[in-house]
Amino acid sequence: MQPILEMRDITKTFPGVKALTNVNLTVMPAEIHAVVGENGAGKSTLMKVLSGVYPDGTFTGKIMFEGKEQKFSTIGDSEDVGIIIIHQELALVPLLSIAENIFLGHETAKAGVINWYEAFARTKELLAKVGLKESPDTLITNIGTGKQQLVEIAKALNKKVKLLILDEPTSSLNEKDSDALLELLMGFRSQGISSILISHKLNEVTKVADRITVIRDGSTIDTMDCSDGTVDEDRIIRAMVGRELSDRYPPRHAKIGDPILEVKDWSVYHTHHAERHTIKGVNLTVKAGEVVGIAGLMGAGRTEFAMSLFGRSWGQKITGSVKLHGKDVDVSTIPRAVDAGLAYVTEDRKTYGLVLIDHIKHNITLANLEDVSKKGVIDDIRELQVANGYRRDLAIRSSSVFQKTGNLSGGNQQKVVLSKWLFSGPDVLILDEPTRGIDVGAKYEIYGIINKLAEAGKGVIVISSEMPELLGMSDRIYVMNEGRFVAEMPVAEASQEAIMRAIMRS
Amino acid sequence: MAQATETSRDKIDILHFVKANIRDYALLISLLIIMAYFQYSTHGTLFMPVNMTNIILQNSYIVIMALGMLLIIVAGHIDLSVGSVSGFIGAVAAVFMVQWKMDTALSVIICLALGAVIGALQGYFVAFYRIPAFIVTLAGMLVFKGLALTVLGGASVGPFPKEFQLLSSGYVPDVTTFQLFGQPFNVLAMAIGVVVTALIIRANFKERSNQLQHSMAEEPNMIFFGRNILIAIGFLGFTYLMARYRGLPNVLIVMFALIVLFTFITTRTTFGRRIYALGGNEKAAKLSGINTERLILLTFTIMGALAGLAGLIFAARLNVATPKAGLGFELDVIAACFIGGAATTGGVGKVVGAVIGAFLMGVMNNGMSIMGIGIDLQQVIKGVVLMLAVFLDVYYKQKQG
Repeated sequence: MQPILEMRDITKTFPGVKALTNVNLTVMPAEIHAVVGENGAGKSTLMKVLSGVYPDGTFTGKIMFEGKEQKFSTIGDSEDVGIIIIHQELALVPLLSIAENIFLGHETAKAGVINWYEAFARTKELLAKVGLKESPDTLITNIGTGKQQLVEIAKALNKKVKLLILDEPTSSLNEKDSDALLELLMGFRSQGISSILISHKLNEVTKVADRITVIRDGSTIDTMDCSDGTVDEDRIIRAMVGRELSDRYPPRHAKIGDPILEVKDWSVYHTHHAERHTIKGVNLTVKAGEVVGIAGLMGAGRTEFAMSLFGRSWGQKITGSVKLHGKDVDVSTIPRAVDAGLAYVTEDRKTYGLVLIDHIKHNITLANLEDVSKKGVIDDIRELQVANGYRRDLAIRSSSVFQKTGNLSGGNQQKVVLSKWLFSGPDVLILDEPTRGIDVGAKYEIYGIINKLAEAGKGVIVISSEMPELLGMSDRIYVMNEGRFVAEMPVAEASQEAIMRAIMRS
Repeated sequence: MAQATETSRDKIDILHFVKANIRDYALLISLLIIMAYFQYSTHGTLFMPVNMTNIILQNSYIVIMALGMLLIIVAGHIDLSVGSVSGFIGAVAAVFMVQWKMDTALSVIICLALGAVIGALQGYFVAFYRIPAFIVTLAGMLVFKGLALTVLGGASVGPFPKEFQLLSSGYVPDVTTFQLFGQPFNVLAMAIGVVVTALIIRANFKERSNQLQHSMAEEPNMIFFGRNILIAIGFLGFTYLMARYRGLPNVLIVMFALIVLFTFITTRTTFGRRIYALGGNEKAAKLSGINTERLILLTFTIMGALAGLAGLIFAARLNVATPKAGLGFELDVIAACFIGGAATTGGVGKVVGAVIGAFLMGVMNNGMSIMGIGIDLQQVIKGVVLMLAVFLDVYYKQKQG
């Protein structure tokens, strides 16, 4: 049988990073093909190549669809041949109706005048196909995430889909909605529609997939056929995390002392959905000189936990106690949290970390202007010395401290954010994905900085989706899933398999 | 040979520096060109001492409000109510001083405080309820326009007491009776001009030597000296013209003190720095422990007080409070900031830019009026200038970015 899709030797490089190296992916007609891999392994990049987000010419390799070579230069091109991608973040307009969303950009119109009767009738047909019993004029904002997924799929069906790509479709769904969605995919399979399913949930993958392709570090590791009975979760996990830990992590010499930070019964509700219990009674301890890792999948609640702890910058109805050096402290606002000795280095440095239009010097002193000023008047010389000091110590590669942070590379931007928080003189630093989007060399430097902090007796919490990094950097690892700490292990007892198992079996 | 390469590198540096700061130079050069043009086309009227003095008096209240507006725009907001608020405060002042015969100083203090309270009230809704400033101050614009009418009962109220009028029509008295070219020449004004010029140049050189010491001087030598020579010529020439008329107007002193104060606030204080951070990236500022709500509240409070002061100055100048006072001021004030290089997205803008922007508009108004250009065409030209200034801003940013 001829494959419906063949991607051959796909290589895609970003400035400084090779995201995909000779990746091969073959999808048969009427097949559910799962693509699994760790965060950052290259799954999303591969799908962006396939759907024309990265136009032909920006990567090397061939895409064959239904036996013909395809050169997509826009998403529209890939949609025209029947490849439809449904992203993790749904692309629906909340305040428009289901019908309006389904026909957005493809309105049933003559000379610009919309024929609503036709739109409604066709929406009803499509909704019936995906098993959604909602009126076409219901607003998107009034239906849950699960149903919104179905609307997205109905939208795809309207575009005569032949290959449906779902990126983490069940990550924000409850079990019942997930099952319904997976059954729908199986229904499509029997109608001859192929799907590519990207998922972290291996139980789902093994349940519905015909074949599974594992991607790791931008390369295809293995394509497994589920029909031969040799595929189980352990085999997939081994393939996903298979690399060995080498000396990609600098040596560590910190002495671990008394507890600095103790968080008890930390409970948080979602910022926008007051009924959603996001963090459910988390307990955490960090000792002086200790690096504590928090592992978990996307959406486990790690960032939400960290931000709620840091001056309640996320969530509502927050309860629980925080002790620093054995004393209860008030961390109810960001200034109070900073005063108490906390610092939080955000996972999204461009949105939450830096003033990109301003230069390095101003960014470094922003969280602690008090120390470079007297009675509200900034001491320019002192500020410059501080900035130059961090630029030298952290090796921020730049023309001077007057370079705009927006023009720096990811690694150097991260060093500026780190400098800012080091200058605030914290006792405990929370680093959220500190090496995301940073090349290997800069990663090593960031690890060195983390170790120095620990050696100076500070407590460090590292949140990371890269498990090797957590294993290489931490003394102790908490595993988080669905708002709870489901396991705690000293690094000596931790392994990628153990972490994955703790997540899967929680 | 070595000499030659050295010079050519200097040239590249100068060019590079000018390119990087093109916006600042373009603004100053535009002002100079516009002044030169009007000086020519009004047959020398523009630079006559009496006309120069008039330009100051006519634009002082716009400049003063532009200082506060710059803070608000840098913070990423806008205030449309400043015209109405200044009109309302002028009306209240008239009621206090003319109808109730209240003490002048007390009235002024209450009026300024009232302006601050109005600003704070609007800032409160913007900061704590996150209602767009555009809406809050649009509402304020209507409310205070109406209240000004109510307070005045629809009529003009005046005249003001003598000492209040001095705010706008008074001059710093001279100490001598010296004459130049057979006309009185205000020696004190000229002396103040010389001292101020010397102080500014001294401060510039001190900063420069500090920069050199810490190798953070980016400005090439030639540009630095050139800039200081221009500043000296500008200030001395300006005070010379002032001295040949009646000396330094009181309002000029007030305005100049405020310009210095706000330049200091924006460039040297933590408060100013935080406003730039707030406008540059509110989320990052907040996560850096900056109390952004309080900051927004404060900027609006300051704006309110300045609008109050501008209202008093305008009322004192007309010597009567009218229901129409302040009408459309907000447009000139906002235009001054944007012509002066403030970014519509916040985080960018300089006090000196807003001041030059205000005078650019003021000189155009004055010059076009002398030339007898109708008010209709004046509006069109001012609109085109505003559009052009912002367009060039965006254009250069796109080219650089």
